[in-house]
Amino acid sequence: MAELVAADIPDGSYVNLGIGIPELVAKFVPAGREFIYHTENGLLGMGPAPAPGQEDPELINAGKKAVTANPGASYFHHGDSFAMIRGGHIDVCVLGAMQVSSNGDLANWSTGAADAIPAVGGAMDLVAGVKTVLVVTQHTTKTGLPKLVRQCSYPLTGINVVTRVYSDLAIIDITPEGFQVHKLAPGVAFKQVCEKTDAPLLPPKEN
Amino acid sequence: MIDKRVATPAAAVADIYDGASVMIGGFGEAGSPIELIHALIDLGAKDLVVINNNTGNGESGLAALIGNGQVKKMICSYPRSSHSRVFPELYHAGKIELEIVPQGTLAERIRAGGAGIPAFYTASTIGTPLAEGKEIRNIDGRDYVMEYALKADFALIKCENADRLGNLVYNKTARNFNPVMCMAATTSIVQARKIVEVDGIDPEHVITPGIFVDRLVEVTVPLIESQLIAQGVRYP
Repeated sequence: MAELVAADIPDGSYVNLGIGIPELVAKFVPAGREFIYHTENGLLGMGPAPAPGQEDPELINAGKKAVTANPGASYFHHGDSFAMIRGGHIDVCVLGAMQVSSNGDLANWSTGAADAIPAVGGAMDLVAGVKTVLVVTQHTTKTGLPKLVRQCSYPLTGINVVTRVYSDLAIIDITPEGFQVHKLAPGVAFKQVCEKTDAPLLPPKEN
Repeated sequence: MIDKRVATPAAAVADIYDGASVMIGGFGEAGSPIELIHALIDLGAKDLVVINNNTGNGESGLAALIGNGQVKKMICSYPRSSHSRVFPELYHAGKIELEIVPQGTLAERIRAGGAGIPAFYTASTIGTPLAEGKEIRNIDGRDYVMEYALKADFALIKCENADRLGNLVYNKTARNFNPVMCMAATTSIVQARKIVEVDGIDPEHVITPGIFVDRLVEVTVPLIESQLIAQGVRYP
């Protein structure tokens, strides 16, 4: 999934990667393309994790893991970092999801359970400010419930914000007509995806 | 002569009073002013309202301040982490209040507080539970929520180099919230790894101009939170 996401990001993009599967996208940058990675805690030009023993506690990513700074990197404070996000300067962000609805609503920060401690981080700012919001997720939850739904039951992160979903079963675009399958994963039938999706799906268009 | 230096972290935080609002710089362990926080624990001021992106890790620094029962309310974006036990326990016991603010809105509320802007509009949180009860304004066809500026009585800040006038330079991603918090607090208290001569920082390289800084204390070898966690250190 991460490889497919990387393949769809245009050369020269400024990209913010969320925590988890999205972080893997950086490992699959196609040859000849240059992306600049933004981490919202104040670094443009984020590089991979350092060699063991080379970690710097003052050089970390949004997931609080040690990273490196590539040549040409820059550091800045949180006000500027979120001006990049809110101001529409970041081209692409890649996020995980708990639920995505067919009109592009995203829920990825809270189950809304009474005993859960709410924790939102930068997700609401990212989806509100970044032009292209890509979601990488398993198609269903660990217990087999659909994550692609008519309407999110969890508290929302943003309304009408998701551009495209990359799941283990398919790549699916959010269109004015709803979920549009762009491409099926190898060996996966359209019917199979429909069965695991709690909303109408438009079949892939013939090439 | 202007000289913002004080001798010790204890002297730097000595006037923080019960009920004060305190911004604490840092994102996770990067840029966290641990020595100033520990001095605040030693001081014992209570019923504090603390503004930080997180709620601390392990049992030192911010987590220890919370664990010591000195914090009445946290304003933060992300009160969870793999090493965060202290806050969740108090929260579930109903012993600490929480105001959750998206990270970018938190940063901008603080920046606005320091810049004399009482409120601003942002598209973040539109359509979410965090926008409930807030003023919504449609501007050029898009909905925005009004957010108020955030100021504090004190800020605890960590930087790399400082001069006696309070000009500051930070280290890598330890910059994070520190510069905007310096601007937004009535009294900004800074721990610097090194205090240099007044011509020791190139004016082109100053990140926080000294006008935003009130007090400086040199902490040459600051504690590192992840090491304290690994060693199981509990403060005090």
